[in-house]
Amino acid sequence: MSTQATPAPDGTARLWHPHHAGHDVIATRTFGFWLYMLSDAMLFAGLFATYLVLDHAVNAAGGPTPHEIMHVRAAFVQTLLVFSSVAAYGFGMVALKNGRKVGVLLGLGIAAVLGLVFLGLDVRGLTALAAEGATAERSGFLSAFYTLVVTHGLHMAFGILWMMVMMVQVVREGFTTNVVYRLLNLKVFWYFQALVWVCVYCFVYLRGVM
Amino acid sequence: MFVHLQGPWTPLLGRLSLSQIPYNNPIIVGAFVFAAVLGLALVGAVTYAGQWGPLWRNWFTTVDHKKIGVMYILVGLVMLFRGFIDALMMRTQQLMADGPHSPGFLGSLHGYLTPYHFGQIYSAHGTIMILFAVTPILVGLMNIVVPLQIGARDMAYPYLNAVGLWLTVAATALVMLSLFVGDFSHAGWVGLIPLTELPYSPGVGVDYWMWAIQIGSVGTTLGAINLIATIVKMRAPGMTWGRLPIFTWAALSTNIIALSSFPVLTVALALLGLDRYFGTHFFTAGMGGNLMLYTNLFWIWGHPEVYFVVLPAFGTISEIVPTFSEKPLFGYVTMAAASLAIAGLSWAVWLHHFFTMGASPEVNAFFSVATMLVGIPTGVKVFNWAFTMYRARMRFETPMLWAVGALVLLLIGGLTGMMLAVPAIDYTVHNSVFVIAHFHTMLMLIAFGALGGITYWFPKVFGFKLDEATGKRFFWYFSAGTFMVFVPMYMLGFMGMTRRLDYVANPHWWPFLMAEEIGIGLYSVSVYYMVKQLYVSIRDRADNRVGNDAWGTSRSLEWITHSPVPYYNFAVTPQVNARDEWAWRRDQGFTSLKPDEYEDIHMPKNTAVPLVIGAFSMALGFGLVWRIWWLSELALAGLIVTVIVRAFATDTDTIIAADDVRRMERAAAQAAAAPNASGALGLPVRGAVASRQDSRRDS
Repeated sequence: MSTQATPAPDGTARLWHPHHAGHDVIATRTFGFWLYMLSDAMLFAGLFATYLVLDHAVNAAGGPTPHEIMHVRAAFVQTLLVFSSVAAYGFGMVALKNGRKVGVLLGLGIAAVLGLVFLGLDVRGLTALAAEGATAERSGFLSAFYTLVVTHGLHMAFGILWMMVMMVQVVREGFTTNVVYRLLNLKVFWYFQALVWVCVYCFVYLRGVM
Repeated sequence: MFVHLQGPWTPLLGRLSLSQIPYNNPIIVGAFVFAAVLGLALVGAVTYAGQWGPLWRNWFTTVDHKKIGVMYILVGLVMLFRGFIDALMMRTQQLMADGPHSPGFLGSLHGYLTPYHFGQIYSAHGTIMILFAVTPILVGLMNIVVPLQIGARDMAYPYLNAVGLWLTVAATALVMLSLFVGDFSHAGWVGLIPLTELPYSPGVGVDYWMWAIQIGSVGTTLGAINLIATIVKMRAPGMTWGRLPIFTWAALSTNIIALSSFPVLTVALALLGLDRYFGTHFFTAGMGGNLMLYTNLFWIWGHPEVYFVVLPAFGTISEIVPTFSEKPLFGYVTMAAASLAIAGLSWAVWLHHFFTMGASPEVNAFFSVATMLVGIPTGVKVFNWAFTMYRARMRFETPMLWAVGALVLLLIGGLTGMMLAVPAIDYTVHNSVFVIAHFHTMLMLIAFGALGGITYWFPKVFGFKLDEATGKRFFWYFSAGTFMVFVPMYMLGFMGMTRRLDYVANPHWWPFLMAEEIGIGLYSVSVYYMVKQLYVSIRDRADNRVGNDAWGTSRSLEWITHSPVPYYNFAVTPQVNARDEWAWRRDQGFTSLKPDEYEDIHMPKNTAVPLVIGAFSMALGFGLVWRIWWLSELALAGLIVTVIVRAFATDTDTIIAADDVRRMERAAAQAAAAPNASGALGLPVRGAVASRQDSRRDS
């Protein structure tokens, strides 16, 4: 393996690289965001590990068990909402490729509305649960359950806020470099939250009633 | 929804009241007077010199990676001093307090500190030294050096870099504030559970500890993203992975660790926060909580964190040793692979921090073997450094002294670490000061590496070397202190002395404690020489001016540009031809820094937004600590609005015209030749003695 170049026979070598194009802004920004998503994945990994540790009879502390509080049908509806939202955002990205503003706005708008409905169902489910006395303070198991679901919900809420900001930016600025990389990053963020929800649905809801 | 707390609470000030200010504790009042006088003197000096404007323009709003790195290191050094004072107080307390009959002092039972105050001091010492001293210093070094070593003009995200800095500053400010307003955690730097739970620690101490770490670790995670992206995306043409300098390899490995492990700490502390604020039961002793869950989560971060700080120190040693051995580094490929291997193994060893938890022998055996495996890549590194020095023409300038000293400490700390990796031995010495001596030896190796790195790259950033004579005194007193404190501590550990004792009743241990006190005295002398070194170096900077290659035998890419480095780093992006590019150019005779032509340079503009984000984060932390809800809500809203407003900013970049670059390059070249011109980062240079590159030798 040669690790160094040899100068040309006349004793010269290329030492400087004028007009070096440097880095591609969109590629650099999306790469960094992927790295951020890895740290977000670790955050959820920690929460899922916590949930699995605290999902034993002793951790229910005499309170409600998973079997009694999981409403799989409502969660299934939420799953469909998340998938549709992702699909809407995906169509928005197709419109971005074709350079159509209206398509992007429509995609983001529908994705945001479906996300809001999802959040509404989250809030309704959790408040109903709390009203039955199954609050986060009741037991270690419920603490873990609420924290996992609410953390995912907070991520969804931030995604929706971000979509609103992006819709304003698309209208005001059009498809500038900054707007495009942010739309691409938001796509990764939004799809990842859907992925996390699938894990919540499987490991928390389905596993809870089985 | 929130936990109901006993004690006074008002909507305006939360739990904060005048009685929370410890004005009746003479030690804290003394510290406050010291800090206040020093702060006022600084503010006065800046005002007198009329430097607020330049300070704001050149430092507070900067996005230049070198200045951000310098500020990181300054914060780290200030906190290093704070942590040192804590250590001095602990050593003195253990010497003074020898049992029920020892004379109480200032209302305490033993010695001069109450047990509660002593608990706060050792908790603050650990938290500060690891998270707010060593981490900022090493992050600062990586900030300065990595873009230069890969031939980049800045980090991948200069604005995010400044955000990381100001979050770190906000976190350290919270820790310092806890000294004078309220108190700090008394539950150890690890947060011993369930002592950190609300029923056992109802005060604000644990909250200060928790929120300071949370804010700081967001900053570190953002920094990790930035450094990884910089190394992957911003390398100069020709800088292949096989030519990446070893320090950059270390930075890459270490930031992979940070990126993957800091979120776990965020989870651990967030769950503790939920327990303390919302009354959940993650780690409580009853109601379905699980104590060991916290301990596991904490150390899943905690052990990788140890390697997060050790790898950059290894990186600096790997740069210093070849330079002062005047040879290429031995075993480049194995060195890079060893860094990555240590990063990988860091994930599989966390349970060795609590072998006594009572896991099955299979589990303990797994973690024991995994821990011993770490010795292999570490051993590879030690042998590589040794073979680099073997039959070399070694020069013992200050950075090399620090590097060789670090090697000795690594041997001692590494071998005692291998002992502790055996569960049977661990059961015997668990919780004894033997463990403390072991990890302090390792952290001292990191301090040696960091101080060596600072000395080594100082001339690159400022254009003049640190004074050798005082620097060597600093090194020798610091080393002597290290051995005087920690060799007796190893012995005490074998005798069975446990950690965190607020008094020591066994008279057989007193001579050893006396020896440790002498050691801490030697450290104090070394602090004096450190300050003197800085003073003398700045005073005589005209005599210590250096050219681009400060040490004469440096090897990597950062030495291809002027010292001090211009803010655009390289007038023209260098083409990399070899693994040790500068050494190659020197051998081939291509030492001119003048490119054939100049070009326009595209640079990011300064911005105050990161400072605003830091200020809001600190307000958020303060509001949460004292449960001042309006302040927390306002700060959180402020943070979100600031980020959104920044997203609409379009005027974020600027172009430096080629003619201006030519002018600045000519000025820099003249400054290196004639020391009268303005020096580093705006420091005017007096005197007219040019002694550049006289240490350079032909090889």
